[in-house]
Amino acid sequence: MAGNGKKMDRRRFLINLARTVGGVSLLALGVGIHARSAKAVPPEYIRPPGALDEEKFLSACIRCGICVRDCPYDILKLAELGSDHPATGTPYFVARTGPCEMCEDIPCIPNCPTNALDHSLKDITKARMGLAVLIDQETCIAFLGLRCEVCYNVCPLRGKAITLEFQPNKRSGRHALFIPVVHSDHCTGCGLCEKACILEREAIKVLPIRLAKGELGHHYRLGWKEKAKRGGSLVNPDKPHEFNLPEGVKYDYETGRVYRAEEAVDKLGKSTRGGKALKEGVQGPSPTPSEKMPGTSNPLDVLNRGLQEAK
Amino acid sequence: MAVTPIEQLGKDALRAKGFVGAYKWLILRRITQVAIIGLFIAGPIGGIWILKGNLAGSWLFETVPMVEPFVFLQMLAAGMFGFLATTVVGVAIVVAFYALVGGRAYCAWVCPVNIITDAAAWARRKLGITQSAKISPQTRYWLLAGALVVAAVTGQLAYELVNPVSIIHRELIYGMGAAGGLVAAGIFLFDLLIAKHGWCSHVCPMGALYSIIGSVATVRVATPNRSQCDDCMECFEVCPEPKILPPALKQGMRQGLPARVTSSLCTRCGRCIDICSKDVFAFDLLTLGKASSAKPEDSAGKEEKRELKKAS
Repeated sequence: MAGNGKKMDRRRFLINLARTVGGVSLLALGVGIHARSAKAVPPEYIRPPGALDEEKFLSACIRCGICVRDCPYDILKLAELGSDHPATGTPYFVARTGPCEMCEDIPCIPNCPTNALDHSLKDITKARMGLAVLIDQETCIAFLGLRCEVCYNVCPLRGKAITLEFQPNKRSGRHALFIPVVHSDHCTGCGLCEKACILEREAIKVLPIRLAKGELGHHYRLGWKEKAKRGGSLVNPDKPHEFNLPEGVKYDYETGRVYRAEEAVDKLGKSTRGGKALKEGVQGPSPTPSEKMPGTSNPLDVLNRGLQEAK
Repeated sequence: MAVTPIEQLGKDALRAKGFVGAYKWLILRRITQVAIIGLFIAGPIGGIWILKGNLAGSWLFETVPMVEPFVFLQMLAAGMFGFLATTVVGVAIVVAFYALVGGRAYCAWVCPVNIITDAAAWARRKLGITQSAKISPQTRYWLLAGALVVAAVTGQLAYELVNPVSIIHRELIYGMGAAGGLVAAGIFLFDLLIAKHGWCSHVCPMGALYSIIGSVATVRVATPNRSQCDDCMECFEVCPEPKILPPALKQGMRQGLPARVTSSLCTRCGRCIDICSKDVFAFDLLTLGKASSAKPEDSAGKEEKRELKKAS
């Protein structure tokens, strides 16, 4: 009887143990799967400045919210439970409603108790919270030919992170487009441009860098950069390129101009001073009346004109 | 004297000690729990920065760092070693405090979920719900290990995605959202309908960790008047960990065990002190040397339990 009871005891113990361990394992599995699926932040949510790479951030951020308290503009929030948010309890901001104001002393970082916000970030212009992308050229009114430039003007790194590039307005034929262009080597992803965009829904958006940027094959070498690094050609000595041009015409590949052979006396590079540019619209000595001709969209006309005059 | 029927629970103590005497520790605990939440909110609302952050990590008077040991363990398990000296100091401060005071004092005096589970236990008594699912009290240790394994496998603080304790606390401090309310309701219903003292005394891995931290603590519930015990069993009804009581009471007296609760599972909630009309219990401060000798007593308690089981 006693032996039987012992057996039963052991059996019950093992069953109970299996039940507990099984239940806990199931729970842990669920949590693990949930964690895997929540690894990337949805693109409309941006981490505070200095946040480690998302994968590291999720192992370093203890979700204490001290950064939320230290943000003088109260833009940071802690994520609620739910899969359409960043990981539960982690800090984020939404650029369209509350962008990072790029405080010079970055007050959200120094009190972070775990370095989830990197304490070595001292210069806010070095922060990379995301990257602004002028994502919709169909609604951005700069592309429609209007003067807006609001994103350019609110940019804390105006002229560096966002520049204005002029383009001819092909529709009107006589106006310029003032196109804002974002440069990834300066844009911090603060989102002030996104907030300021005057459209109903913004045409310029801060995206996570993983979505905004391509990545060149790691084996790629840019020939011109390698050449500049070395100070000369890496393979053969530099040689002026031979263009297959009509007789009596030469092409300066550095300035991109075409010259009459007899005027390009010595080195091609120096010939700009003495030589007469044949291509329309380039600076140089003012063209003679015979060189003036109505504008044409066919570049061949230009070349042909030069050829006729040379003869 | 016979076992007090559940409807009569606490009436004796009220008669013998008056309202304050019968609810002293409960009131103090509620004040502490609410005050801690209040101190976290006083900063953003009133500009009084006594505590900044939340229980996972905070600054006391903007100078003393505190970091929750459970999240720190998860960090280590997730392979994150790029933390600061501040992190380690913060963890050390918290661990030292709870090791000294009593690990699970966190559960009864600090954790906001305690208010919810106490309410569920109260509602259980009022509604006369007696059935309870059988969950092993060891589950919490397994879950503690499980949380660390999941952190190691996923490389992130995965358990914090679902940890009801941190979710409820965070939502209280940073604005109550629907999610926090739902989680709180879930815990309440779990404790009310599924298992008595289900969350705090069986499942919660944070409580498990704090019980480990507090195994040498100096603040103990002592039983100086255990000879006066009249077996009314009221303390067993209110204690969140009733299994730890017998070695401190008459059974322990017969065994010659020390007149105090030796198990590190004790949350120092003081409900036993309040509810006892015979003043059997009282808080006691052990010297450190005495406290560290609690270990062998613990094992003695275990033997005792085994003998009890055999007897029954």
